Amino acid sequence: MGYKTYTSFGLPTFLIIIIALYLLFTGSGEVFDVGRFLEETSPFVWGSLGIGLCIGLSVFGAGWGIFLTGASILGISTKNLISIIFCEVVAIYGVIMGIVYSSKLQPVPEALLYTKDNYFTGYALFFGGLTVGLCNLLCGLCVGIAGSTAALADAADSTLFVKVLVVEVFGSVLGLFGLIIGLLMIGNAKEFLPGSPAVSAVS
Amino acid sequence: MEGLFFNVNNGFLEGIVRGYKSGILTQSHYASLTQCETLEDFKTQLSATDYGNFLANEPSPLSTSTIADKATQTLVDHFNFLRSNSVEPLSKFLDYITYGYMIDNVVLLITGTLHERDTHELLERCHPLGIFDTMPALCVATNVEELYQSVLVETPLAPYFRDCLSAADLDDMNIEIIRNTVYKAYLEDFYNYVSTIGSTTVDVMHNILAFEADRRTINITINSFDTELTKEQRAKLFPAIGRLFPAGNNALAKADDIDQVRQVCDNVGEYRSFFDNSASGQSNGDLGDFGVAAQLEDRFFRMEVHLNKLAFLQQFQYGVFYSYVKLKEQEIRNITWIAECIAQDARDRMHDFIPIF
Repeated sequence: MGYKTYTSFGLPTFLIIIIALYLLFTGSGEVFDVGRFLEETSPFVWGSLGIGLCIGLSVFGAGWGIFLTGASILGISTKNLISIIFCEVVAIYGVIMGIVYSSKLQPVPEALLYTKDNYFTGYALFFGGLTVGLCNLLCGLCVGIAGSTAALADAADSTLFVKVLVVEVFGSVLGLFGLIIGLLMIGNAKEFLPGSPAVSAVS
Repeated sequence: MEGLFFNVNNGFLEGIVRGYKSGILTQSHYASLTQCETLEDFKTQLSATDYGNFLANEPSPLSTSTIADKATQTLVDHFNFLRSNSVEPLSKFLDYITYGYMIDNVVLLITGTLHERDTHELLERCHPLGIFDTMPALCVATNVEELYQSVLVETPLAPYFRDCLSAADLDDMNIEIIRNTVYKAYLEDFYNYVSTIGSTTVDVMHNILAFEADRRTINITINSFDTELTKEQRAKLFPAIGRLFPAGNNALAKADDIDQVRQVCDNVGEYRSFFDNSASGQSNGDLGDFGVAAQLEDRFFRMEVHLNKLAFLQQFQYGVFYSYVKLKEQEIRNITWIAECIAQDARDRMHDFIPIF
């Protein structure tokens, strides 16, 4: 067992167990309340996190893909930059979804914020953003590695480029799937509107 | 997973080395080279390939040794470009490639000094990829202990020489034993180092190094027939890696003639064809021991080229760098062979080179 295993697995587990047992033994075990957490967290938090994850993970994937392909292209010095464009498209998907999602964020005073519809919108934005972000991250990786191999194959034998390009096209469709599902998830969500609170006795 | 991070440090160099590899001469190049009448034609044909004008400044008449030296210099230039642009762990991998040449240079210098050759002449004959700073100091060799303490202990070859410090004096037999002991230690060390780098490199390099070890084992066995080398001494020179380890190595240590070597190699599928004497194209039926050895050497080279070509089929691994160096060396041997045949007007054996692509 090395230092890495101890610190990355041992220390957090230890802290969690200590805190949980402390709460349990001092009679405040009910402080750990998932339901209250979900009710009390502002839908703005969920919405903004979703949008942040959407654009952040998409750009992460696109950037990773571009450097994977770009490093090989620099060594080969080919003029075929189409793989880079496929990676960039992934980031554009993230931007589009970010813009679509951010139109749902409207200012609402706190007393009127916690309606059922607003909860729904908040969760839809968060998980929609997570879906789109993860899809684009993995799509960017896929297109990046395939693009790196395409650059090298193209330099060795020009007839191979079209064949590897077909592989890349299928890879980039993954990002499109994420975009479609993200749009569907937000389809029924209204923007944040003021209304009477859904749950009473919320501070 | 190897594709995710390999390109960070090594993507550019992998692209460069694959570009170098696509410049290796193909069958069509060899076809036009073998039709040359003089070495001047040969030089013109080569200038249309990736070699370019590497012989531009040489005075005519050209000699084949100049061609070989200049061609090796292009390989060295490529290798130095790769080495200077690399970071760990690729730079250590490339260093490991040079250790083999360093061992050859050290042994060359020791042998030359014992036969009292001129130091400068010896230094010029060293392989450029294996040059290290304190090399000229090797020319004052008297015994291995002193060599080790004064020169070798600071070079990367130090751990390989530790096992053979007990060699009493340096004569021709002992130097060969030293060379093979050191090379054995180097191969095993390289094999172990490769195991730490990553699974794709391991797949490619283990095959290549295992074959190299088996090739050396078979060569040592065959060359030690009818010499003073005892069987125990012979067994200590076999590397502990490869398909013939451990059972084949034990059997080869006890072998007395080529037929027993053939039997041992029959156990390994890939090596069965090395001793196949019924191949068509052999004009005389019974080759005798010397003929079998020459044919064996040729087959070893073909197998080596085949394994090195396979390395380029996989991306995101370091084996391509090693394979490029070896394939380029084979190409240099080929063009030297063709140049010699042209110069000596022995055109019937000109096609005995090993084509690569």
